[in-house]
Amino acid sequence: MAKIIGGIGSSHIPAIGMAIARKIQKTPYWKSFFDGFPPIHEWLASEQPDIAIVFYNDHGLEFFLDKKPTFAIGAAAEYISYDEGWGIDTIPPVIGDEDLSWHICNELVEDEFDITICQELGIDHGLTVPMQLMWPGNTYGHMKVIPVVINCEQHPMPSPKRCFDLGRSIGKAVESYQKDLKVVVLGTGGLSHQLDGQRAGLINKEFDLMCMDKLVNQPQALLEYSIRDLTEIAGAQGVELNMWLAMRGTLTGQVTELHRNYHIPISNTGAGTMLLSNV
Amino acid sequence: MSYLDDKTPIPGTIMFDGTMSRKGYGLNKMCYSLNDQAARDEFASDEMAYCEKYGLTSGQKTAIKDRDIIGLLEQGGSIYFLAKFAGGLGLNMQDIGALQTGLSLEEFKEKLVRAGD
Repeated sequence: MAKIIGGIGSSHIPAIGMAIARKIQKTPYWKSFFDGFPPIHEWLASEQPDIAIVFYNDHGLEFFLDKKPTFAIGAAAEYISYDEGWGIDTIPPVIGDEDLSWHICNELVEDEFDITICQELGIDHGLTVPMQLMWPGNTYGHMKVIPVVINCEQHPMPSPKRCFDLGRSIGKAVESYQKDLKVVVLGTGGLSHQLDGQRAGLINKEFDLMCMDKLVNQPQALLEYSIRDLTEIAGAQGVELNMWLAMRGTLTGQVTELHRNYHIPISNTGAGTMLLSNV
Repeated sequence: MSYLDDKTPIPGTIMFDGTMSRKGYGLNKMCYSLNDQAARDEFASDEMAYCEKYGLTSGQKTAIKDRDIIGLLEQGGSIYFLAKFAGGLGLNMQDIGALQTGLSLEEFKEKLVRAGD
């Protein structure tokens, strides 16, 4: 049977990809952020997961506003990283697992999550930056990846509770899969930040730290927030907390925090990093 | 009831909802096209002709000409698509933040650092 062994929360800020490309991870601005990752690398090396399910949002690469799914899932043999228009490096293709994707789709729709199923899906920094962070030097060739896209760009957006429940449903689907696979789940984006408007530059450290605390064993406490609440408290892009909640939703066993890091600022953002085991 | 029924403004924030998405459709579509290098080259060679192709309003064209990010947001621009326009001009998110808040780049960066105190 497939088993979800843990979850990782990580930023996906484009500037991180730029820093990796320029090899400036050890410079004063970046060091304390990148220092948050070796414990995760060690855990991945010792646990050897086969599959990564990655919750992210598409920032206008695959999806335009002509068709904007609230939830979409990849069901492709591979996913290609394309030019995003402003200079971030692409990464080598990411390998998919079509059988597991379709199993999850079948179970999700049965469970009344009517998700958009994508047999082609271009991936942007929302997915490529976390891949580079988890597997430096693009050493993810042994991993199969299932991308799950949550709308964070256009209102109305799904509620935190709905995203957590989507995670729950995906978690149940994975654990009913007959193959022996070890699965890690990534919740990417966040934490608090606002890119647009006169309030650009808003970061709410206290709220971010509270969210990281609650995510471990009281995620329910975060499900009362509306998208409007998150926008007010954590900024227009603070709604990316939804991806962390979806990740946490997939973890249905005994959850333990193994590691965390939080650093302000990376670009315009409070950058959280978190590793949770699920036994 | 939708959370969008609460019309109380959030200071310094435009909710990119159906109203804004309709208003900015052509502008955002133009920006979305800039994912491709050929489109970026065409835009750079004659910005206003390129805007015409996507049916931008005169207000939107003026805001493009003036690099007026707040003006573009008010006229339906989505920050995710505007980033492709601004990125092509060599502006990153901190430059855009400074432009929108009326701060110098150094002041904007300092504000971000202070958020960590």
